[in-house]
Amino acid sequence: MHRLRNIPSYVYLVLALSFIYLPVVVLVLFSFQDGVLPVFPFTGPSLQWYEKMLANDRLVESLGNSIMVALLSSLVTTVLGFLAAYGMARRKPRFAGGVRFVLMAPLTVSYLIIGMGLLITLNMIGIPKSLFAVGLGHVVINLPLCFAIIYSQFGDHLRNIDWAARDLGASDGQTLFRVIAPIMKPSLLASFCLSATLSWDEFIIAFLLSRFDVTLPVIIFEMLRAGLTPEVNAAGTMVFAISMLTIGITAICMFIAFRGKK
Amino acid sequence: MGTIVDLKNVKKSYGPVTAVNDVSLKISQGEFVVLLGPSGSGKTTILSMIGGFIVPTDGTISINGKDMTTIPPAFRPTVTVFQDYALFPHMTVSENVSFGLKMRKIGKVERQKQTAKSLDVVGLSGFGNRGVHELSGGQRQRVALARAIAVEPAVLLLDEPLGALDLKIRHQMQEELVHLQKNIGATFVHVTHDQEEAMAIADNIALINEGKIEDYGPPDRVYLQPATLFAARFMGESNIFSGTVESSEGGFVVVKTSIGNLKVPGECESGSNVSVAIRPEQLYPGTQTGEEIIDIGEVQVSEVTFQGTHRLCRTVNTKNESDHTILLRLPPEQEIKVGDVIPLYSKRSQAVLLKK
Repeated sequence: MHRLRNIPSYVYLVLALSFIYLPVVVLVLFSFQDGVLPVFPFTGPSLQWYEKMLANDRLVESLGNSIMVALLSSLVTTVLGFLAAYGMARRKPRFAGGVRFVLMAPLTVSYLIIGMGLLITLNMIGIPKSLFAVGLGHVVINLPLCFAIIYSQFGDHLRNIDWAARDLGASDGQTLFRVIAPIMKPSLLASFCLSATLSWDEFIIAFLLSRFDVTLPVIIFEMLRAGLTPEVNAAGTMVFAISMLTIGITAICMFIAFRGKK
Repeated sequence: MGTIVDLKNVKKSYGPVTAVNDVSLKISQGEFVVLLGPSGSGKTTILSMIGGFIVPTDGTISINGKDMTTIPPAFRPTVTVFQDYALFPHMTVSENVSFGLKMRKIGKVERQKQTAKSLDVVGLSGFGNRGVHELSGGQRQRVALARAIAVEPAVLLLDEPLGALDLKIRHQMQEELVHLQKNIGATFVHVTHDQEEAMAIADNIALINEGKIEDYGPPDRVYLQPATLFAARFMGESNIFSGTVESSEGGFVVVKTSIGNLKVPGECESGSNVSVAIRPEQLYPGTQTGEEIIDIGEVQVSEVTFQGTHRLCRTVNTKNESDHTILLRLPPEQEIKVGDVIPLYSKRSQAVLLKK
């Protein structure tokens, strides 16, 4: 009887999940299409579009660019987020609430506005549109989230550990990198992975701030404008798969981070 | 023995709240001093100021004759053992213990020797390669101690280090702390709210209440001749009889209390409000007369609790029909039941006159 009563909720669950995941499933399915159009009926499976994709030099190059931008911008973001969180948690500055607000506020601003602002500012100070500019943009958009993740893990137990390290003669740098950072490793990793995932499939800022060297989402956008082919599906599937992988790693890191917190 | 830690008129306020109010304290080289007080009394704040984690609002702190008031912890000859041990969870026991030596850029061979020695002193030889998570609470406590003594501090500061341990291990660690202190000859400053622990380990107790030192002295003196009413109440159980001074002469005062006039040693102006403190174990059943004897009168037993080493009795004084409850400790072999009426006396030299 118990089970019967649950049926409506299961139906609801299936409907909700289909709504969210069906488009992705279709995308992935038609990347294996054995024909020129990613439309029904499905004929296949075939790997020909993956082959074609990997033969596309511009796409492969952008894939490398995307990975580089994601890794480097996430590294910078995580370091900055860590230092900000440490300062906020340990030094408890005046107007801590205000500082936290300013650090978190960019979360609420649309990527388009941030991208435009960066475009104008970088132009003004003479930094050309480039992958470097894209990386800077990704640092800007990801910093609030990384700060929030790391800050949430700065428990009170770290206060005494920090004091103990200094008491035993450690300098600021030694305390941060020999003691605090290793203890915070799970949340630093989680922050890094999340930041990398968000950078990896970010389009608007990458589109606005790049010119000759571009990232993968920009290439996919260009391909889409040229028309729907299963090759776009293949590229999209790859982006999705790598995102899922990083999200998986993030989830594991977060799990460890939160479990470790007493 | 010279003074090693010297606090002069130290004050710490947080906005309108005063945590430590005008504390002056001299701690001698090689002493085991306990800062004792209820939670929120400011004892940990005092310790943190000696350790350098908190800078006083006012006053000076010198250690070894040097002004250390604003010097950061790393540059003080002090090391703190924290209440939660604050071990580095990502390091092994050895790495924890040798951390301070590493920061002092001591060579690897010497470092290993010192680490092994410190672990040996706390009875953890052979635990060096264990992770901190594999240890019990008592063992973590020892690692924290080993880590602190490895750098050979002149003053070891202990912030309620035994609070998290169960009773049996706590008693054992109290003993070991005393041995350790006598062994390495460092000055120990230990914070606790447990007066039994304080009496068990201290050379001198600084009793702290509301940010001030109420009493400072050896445990037996603080227990037997408390300086203030708070000290008498906090250090174990006490019967407090408040009243006014009737007369004062020849080194004795007569205090009029609810249980009658009590003549106790001391001097005080007539008419002042004072209290007389008598410990439960200083009340004896029976009648005695003599210049040395204070007659308490008859009391009726209202409650008896057998506590192994004694019977704790709650009694009500019947002499003056006051309802003042008097606590007494009777020998365990003495049979007594609720409703019994017994006479009590005390010794004049044991009663303490408290002016505040």
